[in-house]
This record gives sequence, structure tokens and C-alpha cells, in this order.
Amino acid sequence: MNDPTTTAAPTDRSSAAQPAIPREPGEVIGKLYGLLAEFETPAAIMVAAHRVREAGYKWWDCHTPFPVHGLDKAMGIRPTILPWLVMGAGLTGAVTGVVLQWYTNATNLDAWLIVPITGYDFLVSGKPMWSLPANIPVIFELTVLFSAIGCVTMMLLLSKLPWLYHPCLKNERFLRASDDRFFIVIEARDPLFYRRKSQEFLKSLGATAVEALEA
Amino acid sequence: MTTLVIDNTFDDPTRRAPLVLGHDRFGTVTEKICSISEARRPPRAWYIAFAISLAFASIFGVMILYLFATGVGVWGNQNPVMWGFPIVNFVFWIGIGHAGTLISAILFLFRQKWRTAINRFAEAMTIFAVICAGTFPGIHLGRVWVSYWIFPIPNQMEMWPQFRSPLLWDVFAVGTYFTVSLLFWYVGMLPDLATLRDRARTKVRAMAYGIFALGWRGSVRHWHRYERAYLILAALATPLVLSVHSVVSFDFAVAQVPGWHTTIFPPYFVAGAIFSGFAMVMTLAIPARQLWGLRDFITMRHLENMNKIILVTGSMVGYAYLMEFFTAWYSGSIYEWFAFANRAFGPYAWAYWIMVSCNVVIPQIFWFQWARRKIAVMFIVCLLVNLGMWFERFVIIVTSLAQDYLPSSWGYFTPTWVDLLTLAGSFGLFMTLFLLFCRYLPIIAMAEVKHIMPQANPHGHAGHEPGESEAGR
Repeated sequence: MNDPTTTAAPTDRSSAAQPAIPREPGEVIGKLYGLLAEFETPAAIMVAAHRVREAGYKWWDCHTPFPVHGLDKAMGIRPTILPWLVMGAGLTGAVTGVVLQWYTNATNLDAWLIVPITGYDFLVSGKPMWSLPANIPVIFELTVLFSAIGCVTMMLLLSKLPWLYHPCLKNERFLRASDDRFFIVIEARDPLFYRRKSQEFLKSLGATAVEALEA
Repeated sequence: MTTLVIDNTFDDPTRRAPLVLGHDRFGTVTEKICSISEARRPPRAWYIAFAISLAFASIFGVMILYLFATGVGVWGNQNPVMWGFPIVNFVFWIGIGHAGTLISAILFLFRQKWRTAINRFAEAMTIFAVICAGTFPGIHLGRVWVSYWIFPIPNQMEMWPQFRSPLLWDVFAVGTYFTVSLLFWYVGMLPDLATLRDRARTKVRAMAYGIFALGWRGSVRHWHRYERAYLILAALATPLVLSVHSVVSFDFAVAQVPGWHTTIFPPYFVAGAIFSGFAMVMTLAIPARQLWGLRDFITMRHLENMNKIILVTGSMVGYAYLMEFFTAWYSGSIYEWFAFANRAFGPYAWAYWIMVSCNVVIPQIFWFQWARRKIAVMFIVCLLVNLGMWFERFVIIVTSLAQDYLPSSWGYFTPTWVDLLTLAGSFGLFMTLFLLFCRYLPIIAMAEVKHIMPQANPHGHAGHEPGESEAGR
């Protein structure tokens, strides 16, 4: 890792499109997205996150290479509704399993599913047309399948992912958020955000570096 | 800097054994694991293994083409043994997959933190094994061009699958299993793909990993949902892994054939599947660990834990073999009793005793601590367990079908060269996929490994020793 204070403009991936003006790290030419503060240990960001929350900021986030135990609570993140959505997906799967098997094997009803379809009374060894025990495996499998697909999809959508472009990802220093550093980002749109004041505040939390992020 | 422990196999209940050796900083963990896929060239052994695997994978493809062009007569499947090698191989491969899900889901729910070093490639192994498994019933259909009949697709014949058949349950069970395993694997890999993206030095790598990382940036708001989603997926995969091999066992247990029609089959199959899967994890982990120097992550303690699981599940399988015999005798059914006596002492006795010695007798060596900690011993035992578990499926399927109720229709199954090459080819496909995975993807879950390091505990300075609460068994 280069020391950003001794090198010229950080050679990040956005630099190809930028004019070749030597810039200080964190110097913003375009619109300001927010401030980035770097911490070295999970304990340090834990304390800092408490203080940022107490200071009343709303538009801020922590970025860590792994889930730091208890940091979501320290930030005041409310429990996600994901489990309920997954339950909904699972129930949909169960109902699909029942209806699919009942319609295709135990009825002769006409219906329309993109193309005209017809159920078929499937008589097997004189057994009842519809008896639940034989249909449980497929109902179970579809419940799990729908829940799992729903779970992953909802998790990503609630997090607004995929989002390939993000101001944070342009910052050279931030790249260590997936390696071994811990970051707090306060966005400029926060009502309490003042460039100078917020910068001083972040420094006072024990950040090893504070930089501005370009939108 | 604290002193780093290098031996973690001690059994001292008053202190937690560290699971990552020789690393006291997160950065070195990232560096070590990423260097495997970032190296300009993989080790020479990788090229040799890849060439051999690719050759066998090509044989697999050629055999399948030959089969499609000629018909299922190229196999040894013959009246009365209509389910020969293809179904044996199917059950074998699907069983291999089970260890991956067990490690990733069940051990996660049990808070077994040592799983983090092995879960990534165990899950990869699951996916590749299920790909191999899924191929066999597919090519076994005979008329492959109508294989879409197994799915409930509206068609001009107004024809639907028969949902009361275990063979159709299989389609849903295996399909769901593959999809859920793939999702679980991918979700687990998201943060690590982001790491590789952030470290990328070339545009191509940044783009490739960047697209698959979906813009992950380690936001705690995302982590919060991610951890919840991961827990839910583990909770979903746990009953799923138990159900898949149960459903596979229904293919047999629901039939009337003596030797198949037993209620012990679902738990017996699941235990056997986990047993064989762990043996395969070891078979892959030991060379990978040596080749890329991953001894700090896949420590002796990890290997020993897996050997213990092999011992337990192997003994469960042994118990099932005995119980089958007892039940056959106790039932008083002469057909049932004949089927089992014939397995052990009939024309396939050689296969039966290979199975018993490899699966039940040999793993008992793991009662001894030196055997659990000796790389050469565990590697040989695991290879033999793989062999034994393949023979278990062979014994169950072939002996039962070859001699059932009517002596006039008895027969003896002999595989053809196509059978043998297809089996060898499926190993080639499996290894090819696995080696590609080792080359291009993070083979150890970096984010999860960092999470279990003592340094990851944010309360580490608050009174108790670092590592007290966060390092696990």
C-alpha cells in the first residue's frame, strides 16, 4: 500500500477519465459526497460509531471487512424485515406446490397459463386421486426453493444491490474496507453535515485519516 | 505483538483453541488467500492435475456422445439389473455433496467456528458433485430428447408428470438442492469477491470480480441484512440436506424389491452421504493445503475434527449395516433374509466385503490420536472411504436387482468399458471444475476467517483476554 501523503494523485480506477491535474488525496473537484474516516481496529470503530450516532447524524454508515459483532446495534440499525419476506416467499412456494400437484394430477380442469392447459386425473394403482402424503416431498422442496431465492433477492434489493458504481469505491483508501480497515462515512446530505465541523468531529473520534469523497 | 500459537490440537477446556495460526493481523490473511488466485501462474502441480482432469472430462463428454448416438445398450444395464452404473454413480455423487452443506449450514447453526476455513471449498465441492450427479439420471433416461417430460411444462400432449413417483420427487429435490447450494455459495462469496475486486491490478480482473461482487462495499447496514440472510439460508439448507438423500433413498425404499424395501433407508442414506462427503472434503483439502501452504487456516485441529466426524458417521453406517441384517432376519420374510445373506455370501460377496472393510473397519483407526493427526494415514483412509461408499451403492443397487423373487430371471451384472470410462470421466469433470475454482476464486472464506480471529472482537480490550470469547472450538 502506498503512503498517500508522499505520492501524487492516487491512481484509482476513475483517474483514466479525469484530467491529469495532480491532486491531494481526498481533494474534491466535483460534487462532495461525504467524509470518509479510517479506523484501525474493530474496537475503535465501535466507540466512534456510538459517538456519531449520539451526535445525531442520520445519513452515515460504517464499512468493515467482516461483520463486527454488535456494530449494527451501536449504529442503531433496526432489525430487518427480511425474515417476514422470506416467510411470505416460503408460503408462496408451499401453495404453489399444493396447487401444481393438485391441478396436474387430480383434476381435469381447463385453465390458461400463457397457453391453454388441462389437468389430468392421474389414476395410479386405484389410489385416491388426491392424497396429501405422496405430495409432501414436492411441497417441501418448493417451499425451500422459493424461500431461498426470495431470501437472496430480498437481501440484495433491500440493500440496493447490485450497485456497481459508488462514490466510496472511487477512493483509494477505501479499497482497504474489504481488507483490514474500518471506515465511517458521513454523507453530505445529512442535515448536521458541515464540511469543517464534521471533519473536526471525525478526527476527534480517533480516526487515523479523514478524507472527502467525491460524488 | 502477541506470541502466535502454532499447535492448536490441545484439549484444554479452560482455554479456547485458536483456529487461525501464525496471523495476528487481518491484512496478512487477505494477502495469503488472495495470492492464490492473484498469482501470475499456479504451481506446476496444478497444471499437471488440470491436464489429467481435463483429459478425463473430455472422455466423459465423448462417452456421453457415444451413448446418445448409439443408445443405452452400450452400458452393462441388462435384465434384470436395469439400474447399473448410472444410478450407482448418481447416488454416489449426490452423497458426496452432502458434506458441503453439512459444513456450511449445520455446523453454522451449531456455531462450530472451525467450519470457516473449509466451508468455501466444501460448498464448491457440493456444487460440482451435484453437477456430476445430475448428469447421470439425465443420460440414463434413454430418450434424452424428451427429458423435458420430467418437468411440469405445459405441452401439446396435455401430459403432466406423475407427482406420486419418488423419481419425480428426485427431480425437485436435486434441483432445489443445487439451486440453494449455489445461492448459499455465492452469497457467502460476495464479500470475498469484493476483496478481489478491490485488490485487482488489471482492468479485466476489476471488471470480472466487480460484476460478480455486485458492488458490495462492506456497509454495516448491508452486513446486518446479510448476516440475517445467511442464517436463514443455513436454516433452510439444514432440513434440505436431510431431505435430499432421504428422497433419493425413497427411489429404493418405496419399491417392493427385497433389500430395498426398508424403513431404515432415509437416515442410513443421510449418514452415509455425510460420511462419504467428509472423506471427499479431506481428499481435496489435504492436497490443496499442501499445494498452497494453507496450514495456517486448515490446521491440524480442523483435520482432526473432520476425522472425528468420519469416525462417527462411519460407525453409524456400520450400525445401519448390522441393523439391516437383524431386521431382515427378524422380519421372518424369506425373500428379505435371502437378499441380505446373498449380499454377504452370494456372487457379489467381494463387493460387500470391500464395502464393509472400507467403510466400517478401516475408519476405526481414527480412535487413535496419532492416526487422526497423521496426514498420510488420513489421506489413505479417506481414499478408501470414497471407494467403499461407491461400493455401498453398487451393493445396494446391483445385488438387490440381480437376484430378487424369481430365480429364473436372476442374472449377473458386468459393466462395459463405456460404464467404466463414464465413471472415470465424471471424476475428470469434477476435478476440472474444482481446479478452476481453486485458480480463480477465493478458496477460503476470508471475511469469515477474519471474523473468528481474536482480534475481530470489538470488546477485546474490555477486561477479558483477547480470544477468550471469539475464538471457537
